[in-house]
Amino acid sequence: MYKIIKKRVLNPTVTMMDIYAPLIANKGRAGQFIILRVDDDGERIPLTIAGCDKSTGTVKIIFQVVGATTMALNAKAEGESICDFVGPLGCPTKTDGIKRVCIVGGGVGCAIALPVAQEFASLGAEVHSVVGFRNKDLVILEEEFNACSDKLIIVTDDGSYGRQGVVTAPLKELLESGEQYDEVIAIGPVIMMKFVVETVKPFGVPVTVSMNPIMIDGTGMCGGCRLTVGGKTKFACVDGPDFNGYEVDFDEAMERSTMYADFERREREEGCNLFKKEMK
Amino acid sequence: MAIIPKRCEMPVQDAAVRAHNFNEVALGYTVEMAVAEAGRCLNCKNKPCVEGCPVNIAIPDFITKVKQGDFEGAYSVISMSSSLPAVCGRVCPQESQCESKCTLGIKFEPVAIGRLERFVADRHNECGLDNDLLPAPNGHKVAVIGSGPSGLTCAGDLAKKGYKVTVFEALHVAGGVLVYGIPEFRLPKKIVAKEVDALKRYGVDIQTNVVIGKTLTIDDLFDQGYEGVFIGSGAGLPNFMGIPGESLKGVYSANEFLTRSNLMKAYAADSHTPIMHAKRVAVIGGGNVAMDAARTALRLGAEHVYIIYRRSMEELPARREEVEHAEEEGIEFKILNNPVEILGYRNPNDRRDPKNGFVTGIRVIKCRLGEPDERGRRRPVEIPGSEYEIPVDCVIMSIGTSPNPLIKNTTAGLEVNRRGGIVVEENTGKTSRDAVWAGGDAVTGAATVILAMGAGKTAARAIDNYISGKK
Repeated sequence: MYKIIKKRVLNPTVTMMDIYAPLIANKGRAGQFIILRVDDDGERIPLTIAGCDKSTGTVKIIFQVVGATTMALNAKAEGESICDFVGPLGCPTKTDGIKRVCIVGGGVGCAIALPVAQEFASLGAEVHSVVGFRNKDLVILEEEFNACSDKLIIVTDDGSYGRQGVVTAPLKELLESGEQYDEVIAIGPVIMMKFVVETVKPFGVPVTVSMNPIMIDGTGMCGGCRLTVGGKTKFACVDGPDFNGYEVDFDEAMERSTMYADFERREREEGCNLFKKEMK
Repeated sequence: MAIIPKRCEMPVQDAAVRAHNFNEVALGYTVEMAVAEAGRCLNCKNKPCVEGCPVNIAIPDFITKVKQGDFEGAYSVISMSSSLPAVCGRVCPQESQCESKCTLGIKFEPVAIGRLERFVADRHNECGLDNDLLPAPNGHKVAVIGSGPSGLTCAGDLAKKGYKVTVFEALHVAGGVLVYGIPEFRLPKKIVAKEVDALKRYGVDIQTNVVIGKTLTIDDLFDQGYEGVFIGSGAGLPNFMGIPGESLKGVYSANEFLTRSNLMKAYAADSHTPIMHAKRVAVIGGGNVAMDAARTALRLGAEHVYIIYRRSMEELPARREEVEHAEEEGIEFKILNNPVEILGYRNPNDRRDPKNGFVTGIRVIKCRLGEPDERGRRRPVEIPGSEYEIPVDCVIMSIGTSPNPLIKNTTAGLEVNRRGGIVVEENTGKTSRDAVWAGGDAVTGAATVILAMGAGKTAARAIDNYISGKK
């Protein structure tokens, strides 16, 4: 069992937890992920590591409550435990030789983008961060991004906080104004990463994207997380989750992510009904 | 006593009934059946069956005990050589091992050794006493990577010699392929759990959720004081054919399909893990895993399940019994057929049509058998212009696996072969790294449970020799 040491609600649908898992805290690096199960009959879900603290032996996860499993996880209180927690899986984000980087985060993807930004900051790179959310209530981790970014631009879809619009607009402006990045790293919804790649392409800057497809074991055994990258089949769990953005077939990845849409909708509805009953 | 030419049949669930449930297909011998079958053994002098067994169980000895009604005695004989008798009695290819050597089998049907082994193990699990004498600890620590058949065997043998053994398992339950791969209807999971519990009683510590190569490396294990390491990490990454359409929704690797159903219990109505309940399913491949996937798809409600295999029935690599069971249940064999493309739905007028990207069929080409290849199997030759389409909504690729790179990539000095399998000395399982042994599918590529167990046994002996020789 893995104890929830700390729980913090970041916004109405996004929660942060510190889980006691010293072996993983010792090894985990930015860009890697864990797989967890909440209960004994629960499904295995991958979540990217949002931070590791070797001194306390804890691993930070940040998740959006979207389905039955994240609902069950969110129902756990500080001091309670979850059944399984395994990692760190996947390859860490490559940082070698990168002196100036632009991190682009979208929605809950910002939770994953943050440790990457922090990693670059700690290595002395110049970090620009562009983070986008749907509205003001959903903005998370502003303070943390501020602390590790030389420049921070926040956008919201409805303009209720920061600039109005999507992340690609300020990103384009930065590139047009002559900012020379060694790399742009995009972490968020697949559609956002696809458009970041299209935005950056004319400027010839390398783009790394972090893919988070459906997976089970996370060690290469099932092949459910496969993607087409550069015309070849790659497994996000062992070859990724970071890939060269110019080579990823985003349309295919988006389509594959909806394989169980019906099942997930049913599970979510059942979950919601259960919670409604409990609240009565 | 007159020789009874035919073996005693083992009762099975009726094919029409079992095709719709996940209960075990074969039901096992009764006491009377077991004693009668044991009575067929000639107890011949040269005991060729023992040589046919990869772990060299003293087969005639245990059969004699069964004949005498001493079932616990029979169990003791088997457990001297095998750590997982209830598993092997079910999944070993006995027909090509012990039973193929049986003297009685020269003229008549061989003794049903596998069925007797299963009977003895089940009988023990039901009513046997666990009075295992714990060995005195010898103060040495050994790490075993992977809790599949090779790892469990290696761990069991070493624990019985007094070693403190820790097994590291990447998944959340122990058993490896026995829990994620082989379906409930062929190997009930409670049987695997019992065998694992038996090892725990010998003091084996099983650490789940630890991925060696990620959570810890082999070097970390040596730093923690382990004196020897056995790698039994299994086969690894599923192969795909590289044909168009493999990324469509409804295309699975057999590993994924079986893992969802077996490990994650997606077959149960209240499971939180989704799986496709397809009506028409094509399984590509002809091995035991393909049979398992096909029969699982049938039980999940498919109306048509096709095995698509590019050679003929003669060359099917699956066990005869599995093929027969599959045929009885209504699995349709499309032999001498090779897939060329998987077809999917695409609404030209609506990019957001939720049906977009789902499988609608598979295009195959007919083959004939040509000259034998280097392994003596006749090579399939495609017949030009013979392509046709089979409507299906799910395709399961069961064409083997490639070794997992996680351990190789994090272990300096560990030599692997061209295909990525760990290179070992045949007689000991010793790798190119000091104090590291390996066995099972991580070495051989996809093979059988019993061969993996044999490799675990060989390595356990070598590890014991190495550590006791150091003193």
